[in-house]
Parts: sequence; structure tokens; C-alpha cells
Amino acid sequence: MATVVNHNESTVIEIENLHKAFGGNKVLKGFNLTLQAGETLAVMGKSGSGKSVLIKCIIGLENIDRGKLMVLNHEVPQLNRKQLDELRTDIGFQFQGSALYDSMTVRENLEFPLRRHPDKLGTDYHPDKLVNEALDDVGLLHAIDMMPSELSGGMKKRIALARTLIMRPKIILYDEPTSGLDPITGKEISALINAIQERYHTAAIVITHDLACARMTSNRMIILHDGKNYAEATYHELAQVDDPNVKAFFT
Amino acid sequence: MVKALRDFFLITGKISQFAGRYFREVLFPPYEFQEFLKQCYYIGNKSLGLVGTTGFIMGVVLTLQSRPTLIEFGAESWMPSMVGISIVREIGPVITALICAGKIGSGIGAELASMKVTEQIDAMEVSGTNPFKYLVITRVTATTIMIPILTILADVISLLGSAAVESLKGGVTFQLYFRQVFEYLQFGDFNPSFIKSFFFGFTIGIIGCYKGYTSTKGTEGVGRTANQAVVISSMLVFILDFLAVLVTDIFYDL
Repeated sequence: MATVVNHNESTVIEIENLHKAFGGNKVLKGFNLTLQAGETLAVMGKSGSGKSVLIKCIIGLENIDRGKLMVLNHEVPQLNRKQLDELRTDIGFQFQGSALYDSMTVRENLEFPLRRHPDKLGTDYHPDKLVNEALDDVGLLHAIDMMPSELSGGMKKRIALARTLIMRPKIILYDEPTSGLDPITGKEISALINAIQERYHTAAIVITHDLACARMTSNRMIILHDGKNYAEATYHELAQVDDPNVKAFFT
Repeated sequence: MVKALRDFFLITGKISQFAGRYFREVLFPPYEFQEFLKQCYYIGNKSLGLVGTTGFIMGVVLTLQSRPTLIEFGAESWMPSMVGISIVREIGPVITALICAGKIGSGIGAELASMKVTEQIDAMEVSGTNPFKYLVITRVTATTIMIPILTILADVISLLGSAAVESLKGGVTFQLYFRQVFEYLQFGDFNPSFIKSFFFGFTIGIIGCYKGYTSTKGTEGVGRTANQAVVISSMLVFILDFLAVLVTDIFYDL
């Protein structure tokens, strides 16, 4: 299926013909994507298909080899360190393994992104209030003084989500938000992603293997195969497609 | 052989680049003072017990071992000056650096490697914080400042240990012992060893941080990183010490 790249004013991410290789291993070979404000896009693909690399390129953790990569009207590969740091305050990134700072309490984990960018939140900059609000959003206000080692896998994912929310991002990138969780907790995390989207109207890209998560959270799905967009449509449209590479995800 | 030599030059180049980045970034804001003070506390305070105990034993053992020989030559009155010069010039800085390479270097290496494996360094990066400034600059600066201070403490505790032995075995008072030490100890003994301990501290910090920050191979790499940090920094301490003695000889005519 071909991907149509439509650019308009509400486009928050625009990727055209993105190429990325690690040595001789070509991971992305001309990938295209557009994300509109307020939209949630799920990207599915086999392990090693380059899904995580894609979102790491978006946030500038990996440099791209070729192609166009625009995020919030900034061409990411052209940004210097300071500009990239500024842009990153508008993007939340939830890591697959949560990546909470082991040596800090939950409160300190949440305060960490705030300390370098107090101006970004303007008059709303009240760290205690922001931390409490973010924890309340994920239902873990009671864990404020706990250490990450005292938290379960699901709690860690929620705290990581709270940490991404604290800077009031315009885009959130989720890397396998339900991986390693039981189906019930996975469903709770998916519901939480929806609740956050409704409350803050963020745009989001959800990288996932979990079909239930993709169905619950996304407005649109892209299937990444061989480094390119293989199929792109809504969940229900893709479920009807008679193609072995697409069907593999739905069976 | 050729491969080993190539690898040696490759890693030397990479460590030099890493150290170069430290010097490029250390003077420019933002400054992470809070984390720097926290690291000074961990490196200084938490190593004090080990450094102090080792220093005390060093002084006691050196005195006990040297005593019979000096008595045989009728030169036991030289004990304070001999022990003082040995400890201040060489034993204090080198032993403190080796203890710190083992305790601090491995700790920094393992901590940063584990942060790298669990994507915590990436998480700092995406939160708009420069992880090099937060993790590397603070730790390297803290080791550079704290190891000379630990060295001075180790020297003092060592001399106290030595004085205790002389007091018990030879009936020498602490006052007389230290008067003898300072009579023979000159700035030429203290200055070079104090200056070289800054280099030891910097080396231990930079190697621990480099190995941790560039760690690969998952959790297996964490243990390997800690081990390599200790081996490389210990070896560099000896190399630096050798160079420091050569340079000192030029200025102070040892």
C-alpha cells in the first residue's frame, strides 16, 4: 500500500524517504510518515524492523543517513545541541524499559526534566504542583517518595509516563508501552494512553507488538516491513486486508 | 601483535577525545553544582574509612619493618624523616590512588554502564539535559578534587600510625616524632606528590566515566566495564607516577 504524505498546518511530524543504516545493516530504507496534531499513530513491525530506531531518529538520539525529518516545523538533522534540547522539551519519550533513574526517588525522577527548562512552563512552573498533578494523572500519587526498585513493572511504566507528561509535551513517543506486562496491566496502560491523549490533546506515535494496544490507542496504523511502509490504514481497514504480511499481525 | 597495537592506539585516541570533550565542556554553563557536591560526598566521605584504615596500617607496617634495620645501623633517630619522606613523596599518593581506582573507578564505571544499558542516559538526553555534563563532568571534577584531599588525609593518618609504633616501641613522644618529620620534610617533597595526586584523580575519573559511558554488550558489559576501569586506571597511575618522578627530578634534583 502506498503512503500519501499530506502536509498541512496541523502536521507535527513529517518524514519523507528516511534512510538509516548501522554499518552494512540497512534498517530504514525510505520510510514515510505524517502525524497530525492530536492524532495517535501505531507503528507495528517485526522485531528488528527498525520501529525503535524510527522514534529515536525523531527525537534526535540517532542521526539519519538521508531523507527529510521535520518535527514541529524544525528540521531535526539541522538543529544544534541547544536547539535540539529546546525541541525535546516539546516531545515526551517513553522508553521500553521505563528508564527511571535508579538513584532517585519518584519525585526526583519527575522533577529532573523540569530543572533545566523552568521557562518552558512559564507561570505554571510550580514543581511540587506539577509532580503531584502528573502522578495523579497516572494514579500513583502515593508512590511519590518510593525508589524505582520498589515499583512493579506496571508502576514503572506509569511513572515513566508521568515523567514524560510533566513538561506538557505536544508529541509523545511510546516505545513498546505494554511490553513485559500481563494483558490486564497492558490494557490499563493502553487506557491510560487514551486518557492522557483526551486530557492533553497530544499527538502520539505508539511503537508496539501488542495488537490490543494498537487497536485501543491508535487512529491509524502503519505496518513497517523491510524498512519501508508496507501498509497504512485504520485498524479495522487493515484487519480486512488479505495480505500475508499484514494478516500475520492479526492472527 | 599488530592488532593489539592498533587497538591500543585506538583506545588511547578515544580516551583522549573523551578527555578533550571534558575540557571543552567543563567551563561552560549549565553547571551541575548539586550533583558535583553529591559526588564529592560519595567519593570523599565514603572512601575516607578505607583510605584511613589503609593509611594507618601502611604507617604501622612501614615503621615496624624498617625499625630492626635502622636499629642495626644505630640510625633509629632517622625513622621519622625516612617514614615521612617515603609516605609523603610516594606511598601516600600511590596507595590512595590505587584504592580509589578500585573503589571509585569501578563504581563509576559500573554505575554509568548500568545507566547506559537501561537507557537512563538516553532518558536524560531526551529530557533536554546534557548527560555528559550531569554524569561525566561532575564525577571527573569530583575525583580530581577529592583524591588529593584523601591523599593528604592518608599521609597524616599514616604518620600517626608510624608515630604510634615509635611511641610504643621506642618511647618517642608524638611531639618529638612530628618535629623530626617536619624538620626533614620540605616543600620539594610535598608539592610534586600533591600535584600528581590531581592527575591521579583526573585519570581515575575519566577512565571510569569513559568505560561506563561507552559501555556495550548489555548487562554482561557492566561487570566487564567495572573490571576494565580498575585495570586501566591502576596501570595509568603507575605510568603517571613514573613520569611525575622524572619531571620532579628535573625541578627538584631528587
